[in-house]
Formats: sequence, C-alpha cells, structure tokens
Amino acid sequence: MSTLPATPAATRTDSPTQPDRRLPAMGGFAPAVLGIELRRVLRNRRTLAFTLIMPAVFFLIFGLPQRGQTLDNGRPVMAYVMISLAVYAAMVATTSAGGAVATERALGWSRQLRLTPLRPTAYVATKVATAMTLGLIAVVIEFVVGAAAGVRLPLDVWLLSGLAAWLGSLVFAAFGLFIGYLVPAENVMQFIGPILAVLAMFGGLFVPVEVLPHVLQQVAKFTPVYGMGELARAPLTGDGVSMAGVANMVFWTLAFGVGAARLFRRDTARV
Amino acid sequence: MTSTHPAVELNGLTKTFGTVTAVDGLSLRVQPGEVVAFLGPNGAGKTTTIDMLLGLARPDAGTVRVLGGTADDAVARGRVAAVLQTGGLLKDLTVGETVRMTAHFYRHTRPAAEVLERAGIADIADRIVGRCSGGQQQRLRFALALLPDPDLMVLDEPTTGMDVEGRRDFWQALRRDARDGRTVIFATHYLDEADAYADRIVLVRQGRIVADGTTAEIKNLAAGRTVRATLPGADQAALAALPGVDAVEVRGDSVLVRTGDSDAIARHLLTRTAARDVEITSRNLEDAFLALTTERIGA
Ligand SMILES: Nc1ncnc2c1ncn2[C@@H]1O[C@H](COP(=O)(O)OP(=O)(O)OP(=O)(O)O)[C@@H](O)[C@H]1O
Ligand SMILES: [Mg+2]
Repeated sequence: MSTLPATPAATRTDSPTQPDRRLPAMGGFAPAVLGIELRRVLRNRRTLAFTLIMPAVFFLIFGLPQRGQTLDNGRPVMAYVMISLAVYAAMVATTSAGGAVATERALGWSRQLRLTPLRPTAYVATKVATAMTLGLIAVVIEFVVGAAAGVRLPLDVWLLSGLAAWLGSLVFAAFGLFIGYLVPAENVMQFIGPILAVLAMFGGLFVPVEVLPHVLQQVAKFTPVYGMGELARAPLTGDGVSMAGVANMVFWTLAFGVGAARLFRRDTARV
Repeated sequence: MTSTHPAVELNGLTKTFGTVTAVDGLSLRVQPGEVVAFLGPNGAGKTTTIDMLLGLARPDAGTVRVLGGTADDAVARGRVAAVLQTGGLLKDLTVGETVRMTAHFYRHTRPAAEVLERAGIADIADRIVGRCSGGQQQRLRFALALLPDPDLMVLDEPTTGMDVEGRRDFWQALRRDARDGRTVIFATHYLDEADAYADRIVLVRQGRIVADGTTAEIKNLAAGRTVRATLPGADQAALAALPGVDAVEVRGDSVLVRTGDSDAIARHLLTRTAARDVEITSRNLEDAFLALTTERIGA
C-alpha cells in the first residue's frame, strides 16, 4: 500500500494555510464580472439582433433615403434620424440588460447569489454597469453606421448628442430593473419590446413628434422617451431643451429609479 | 479560535406556511468536523430548516447560530457554502464562466481550475450550462460551493436525479475534498447515503427530530425487534424500565415494545402481565426509517 502515489486528498489535508475570511471589497462588486456579463449578452443572438443590429438596419431603411435633405438650420436630416435611432438603440440595450434580472430571478440565480458574499446592491450595480456598457456600444454602432453612410457633423455635436443618448438611457436601465423585479419571467423582453417601440414613437424617435396628430403630441409630452429624445437632438437642431422636456426626464428617472429600488428591497427582504 | 463554537446551533426553530407547520421547535447542535445526515420523507421540513440555517428564510421563532455568528456573516466570509435543492444556474454562461464569475464575489477563493477538477467537471468547462445534464449541473453547484473552501458545507439532496454511479462519484468527490474540520450537513431521502457518508443521522418528520444518533445507534434502533401485545392499561413507564427496551408505545389497548431482547420481553408480558396476542416482528433499517418517519412515536 505504501507504494501508492499520494492521493489528491493528501495535499488538501496538508494545506496549512487558513483561507482568507475577510469580507470582499465593495460588497463583491467586481469590474471583471462585467467582461463575463458582456460576453454572455453578446452570445445571445436575440439580444444581438434586437439591440445592436435592428436599429442600424432601421437607419439604413429610414435614414439613408433622406440623403441630401437638410433641417431648417442646414444640418442633415440623416443625422436627425441617426441620433433618434441611437437613443432607441441605447434604450433597448439598457432595458434588456436591466430586465435580465427577471430571467435571473425566474431561473433562481438570485437565490444562488444569496449564498455568496455578493451584496444585492453590488449585484444591481453590476447590472447597471452592464446595461450602460451595452448602451454605449449601441450608440457607437449607430453612429458608426451613420458616419459610414455619409453623416458629417461638427465634433461637439457628435459628442454631446452621443453622450445625451447614452446617459439618457440610464432611465431605461432603471426601467429594465423595475420590470425585472416586477415580473420574474424568462421571456420578459418579448413583451417589453413592443412597449419600447410605442414609447420610442411618442418620443419622436421614429418620426418627429410634430407630425403626430395633435392629441398624440400632447400625450407624447408625458411619456418617458420625450425628454430624452429632445435632449439628444438639441445639439443638432440647436433648439435647446424645453422645461417640459427637463421635467419629463427628471420625473421618469425618479419614477423608474424609485420603483426599481422599492421592488428590489421587497425582493431581498427575508421571508 | 472559532473551533470553540459549534458549527451549527439551532434553538427552537419554528416556521409555518399558512396552516402548515414546516418546522416545529427544532433544536440541533452540530460540532465542527461532524458529518450529519438529515434524513426524512418528503415535506419533513429538511429544506425549510436548511433555508433558515443559511439565512435564506427567517424563522417565525427560534434562533440560528452558524460557526458562532450569524448565517449572513458566515456566508459573506465564505465560511459556509451550500448546494441547494432548488436554485438555478445561468443557462447562457459556460461552466467555467459560472465558476469564475462566482469567484469574483469573494475576497479569496481556490483557483477555478482546482474546484472544477475537484467536482469532476474540468473537461466540460467550456460547455454552456444549459446544455449540461442534471448531474453535471449539480456538480457545477458543488464546484461553486467548493470555491471559498468553506468550514461548513450544507447540501440539500445533492444527488437527486443522479444515477447510481453518479451518486457514488459525487460522494467520492465530496470525500476527497473534505479537509480536517470541515463540517458537512446533508439532507437526503436515501438511507444508504446517510449510512455510508454520515457519522451522525438526524431523522426528521413533520418538522421535528424523531431520532438523532450515530449511524451505529440509528442502525441499532433498527436492528431490534418489536413485540406487540394487547394489554389494556399497560404501565408504559414500567415496561420502558425493563432491561433491553428501547422504546414503548401505547396505542389504545395495544402496546408496542421496541427491544434488542424480544424473548425476555415476550416472557415478561406473558408471565407478569395480562398481555395476550403477543407478536414478535423483526425490523430492518428500512422499517426503522419508515416507522420513525411515518408513524407517531410514543411519548
Ligand atoms: N414556500 C412555501 N409555501 C408553503 N408551504 C411550504 C413552503 N415551503 C415549504 N412548505 C411546506 O412545508 C413543509 C416542509 O417542506 P420542506 O420543503 O422543508 O420539506 P423537505 O423535507 O425538504 O421535503 P423534500 O424531501 O420533498 O425536499 C411541506 O409541507 C411543504 O409543503
Ligand atoms: Mg427538500
């Protein structure tokens, strides 16, 4: 028997060091997880199609034919379409990333996470960070497609519009989380998708709000994309942002943010 | 150091769901290094007890101490890890990504490659979790539980859905990884698993502990025989005091005596009392388990 090689068990038992039992930094929030999360999202063909490819295709269908047309201030109409669709792409991306908590709750992954040091706030922070990274990718793709199709703008318009489209989508990361904590369903994006399309229409992302019937124009002012769209297009049109637009954004950010936070607290409460 | 505390201390744990009392004043103390099997039929309250032990559920009454502190603290420090009966995995991650992602949530873990190896799934590290078999997913849960090198490992029916070979491999893996002083608590329906892998068996029924002892003691409980007789007004205490008697149960006019010496008890009943219709039946471990977990035990 003594000639047998040492079993792996022997090495384990001999291990003299006691494991490091300190609490993780930042409640277990680790930027490295973002990389895994992104790879995971990009592996999903459905997400890929709806968040990154479809808005670009929309641009080719609706923006490209406007080539050569200009706005009142002489800027290209194509840029107007491009920025609007960048807002749309970012909101779909962040909503779906935030809404991923629905899937994770339905699968029971959140329960599994409760057996790790990861704090719920760190979990949500990871989801928001993933959402915002995906939102940024969505905006960049739309802009790259636009530039390739011939959109030319001053650098500050590119930057400010891009930033507004991207940061505005934070509201939709909160919206995604809100829905995610509201309905624990694996296929939650299947019914959020159409809702987002309707909201995008009211936000003037598919056609300018001014071409909508008067009643719908009034309704539109109260829907969550309205302020975001106005803000993102402001650097292009030079129109500035209305009080209604600002109030709209503040309201919806608070509404979705607070809603998500409340549901999140309910979810993490012990039963 | 911490070894002076019991690994687990449950005191008067109670949990009700509507009209169902899932756990009913359950108290249990587990010392560091013990391997304890939680054995009981469906709905006995094993999972509910484990949920409270891990801090996943709040008891209606009673207290939980894990490794001398709260369950939450033990979890956050990686001192306790668990393989749950329910609780999912992300289907769109690979096996390796799942382990690496989970490792990031801790301050310190064993290398991902090492736990994959330990759990016997190193060869499928690149496979998408959704395409893994039930047994492979269970091993992945086990790998996740190995990451922090926990002092206490809790497993709720870890081998459910595995074939005989899978079950054996799983327990071998657990054994191989067991270091000195690691406490293991596992819930199971399988008597042979409890027998083969536990030092101590805790039998649970209707939220209460109905037997608790070393595997040998529980087997002894089973090895004896039952002497049954019709004896109105039987003196339960006197019978229980006879040598070799393990338990006495009175059901109406019947008396059941569990004993290692059935001949002596039968003789006593027939010569010293008014007992009639004496029957002697032998029991095996399976019978003992059934008797202890499905029937009402005499007070
Ligand atoms: N969330 C819940 N809501 C209502 N009843 C519950 C809930 N969880 C458990 N129960 C009930 O509590 C009792 C104990 O259930 P528990 O899951 O703890 O048993 P168990 O011993 O783990 O059973 P099994 O061997 O089937 O896993 C059962 O009657 C069960 O129906
Ligand atoms: Mg159970």
